[in-house]
Amino acid sequence: MIIGDSKPLEEILEMIEGRDKVLVLGCRGCVTVCNVGGEKEVGILASALRIARKKEGQPPSVEEMTIERQCDPEYIEELAEVAEEYDAIVSIACGVGPQFVSERYPLVAVFPGINTTFMGGATEHGVWVERCQSCGNCLVHNFGGLCPIARCSKSLMNGPCGGSASGNCEISKDVPCVWHQIVDKMAAMGRLQELETVWPNKNWLTSRDGGPRTRVREDLKQ
Amino acid sequence: MKAGSNLEKMLTAGHFAVTGELGPPQGNDAEEVRHKASYLKGIVESVNITDNQTAVVRMASWAACKILIDEGLEPNYQMVCRDRNRLALMADILGATALGIKNVLCLSGDHQRFGDHPEGKNVYDLDSVQLLATFKKMRDEKKFLNDKDLEGAPELFIGAASNPFADPFEYRVHRLAKKIAAGADFIQTQCIYNMDKFREFMKQTVDMGLHEKCYILAGITPMKSVGMANYMAKFVPGMDVPAEIVQRLKGVDKKDQGAEGIKIAIEQIEEMKEMEGVAGVHVMAIEWEHRAKEVIEGAGLLPRPTLD
Repeated sequence: MIIGDSKPLEEILEMIEGRDKVLVLGCRGCVTVCNVGGEKEVGILASALRIARKKEGQPPSVEEMTIERQCDPEYIEELAEVAEEYDAIVSIACGVGPQFVSERYPLVAVFPGINTTFMGGATEHGVWVERCQSCGNCLVHNFGGLCPIARCSKSLMNGPCGGSASGNCEISKDVPCVWHQIVDKMAAMGRLQELETVWPNKNWLTSRDGGPRTRVREDLKQ
Repeated sequence: MKAGSNLEKMLTAGHFAVTGELGPPQGNDAEEVRHKASYLKGIVESVNITDNQTAVVRMASWAACKILIDEGLEPNYQMVCRDRNRLALMADILGATALGIKNVLCLSGDHQRFGDHPEGKNVYDLDSVQLLATFKKMRDEKKFLNDKDLEGAPELFIGAASNPFADPFEYRVHRLAKKIAAGADFIQTQCIYNMDKFREFMKQTVDMGLHEKCYILAGITPMKSVGMANYMAKFVPGMDVPAEIVQRLKGVDKKDQGAEGIKIAIEQIEEMKEMEGVAGVHVMAIEWEHRAKEVIEGAGLLPRPTLD
């Protein structure tokens, strides 16, 4: 799923300063699961904004709404009746949300309430880790099921580099060296010799480097 | 001969080779490059010119290489994958060889988070192994990565680095094998202080016959002081400085620590000269170029053999 972090309250307050009627808009997708942009967080942020704005002598009117998914026009449509009543919509979905809302309601000022950080999952309650960089050509099965593109700081396909120390990456003792993990995993599976392959230069065309990506499924298009 | 560089000739002739290192300045002072180079002239086959080492911005490696050529020294152009994509790497090697550069060392490069512009975006379009393969293809097949023909192919003696002290240790020799398979003609290792571990690494290397497929130069960096030893042990990624080295430096007066560091380096080189599979030494006297001669001379490696 997509993981995000709440923006600091001060930053959000600054964004919406001078705007009277505010809507905090949540999403029941990924950001609900990672506890940053669901109905509960909408309530918390809206309350915090009301208190802070009241203190600053600004209009405390902050309303709340959470829709099924902000990455789907069908649900964005639910705002049709009300969107233009607001002077500011603070979307706390991933970066897709504020854009879909802006595109559908071009006259409404939309602000991002969270920072979208990465694609990953939870390893334990309250801990999320990056796992995918959406390079568009998955190769993890060649590396013991672990992705060197997303998880090696240098995206090395022929690692580990000389900075790997005691299982950690050279950038920080808090970052595991995925190449150390790959070597251990392949050895445990009796497949270490597969790593002798010199992986040729990667085709990044399928990645963001090839330009913004669009996917069209003719079989599903109406 | 692949490039006909001094380094290649010396190794091919079976001599124990010596290379040096020079870090370009954090500015455009050509005189500083000339000054540092003057200490290395005549005592090494070629001089590695670092490429934004430790991710700190410095004069471009290729430009400092050209200054060395003009001074009558032979450079070894270090190139990291951190700062440029395949287009720039191929363009730079064409330009570098056009300027007379014959040796190249292909590196991943320290992550920019260590350096003086940690906010920068890194590239890593290719990794060091892929860079070796790219240059080998350009030299041997006379083709770009896209298989289009080159109009004038680079003649290059291609090098790679190996760090025997990084983890996982057991895999290190296999990564070395990959670099050789990808195209490395010679290897320069990370600074060696843990001789026990290096002996074990070389044994594995020789057992796999890798020393017969490429030339391995052992990395030697004399310690200037206890402070430097502690710094390297704690802060330099992939560095293994045993406690005995620190203790030995601590055992002498502060003013004599540099001399002791040089003595340790000389003892290491004496052992390297006898070690199976070691074809030479890479003496990295970091910001201490003027003391490199003491190390090389002390190890009985001067004068350098003359080449036909």
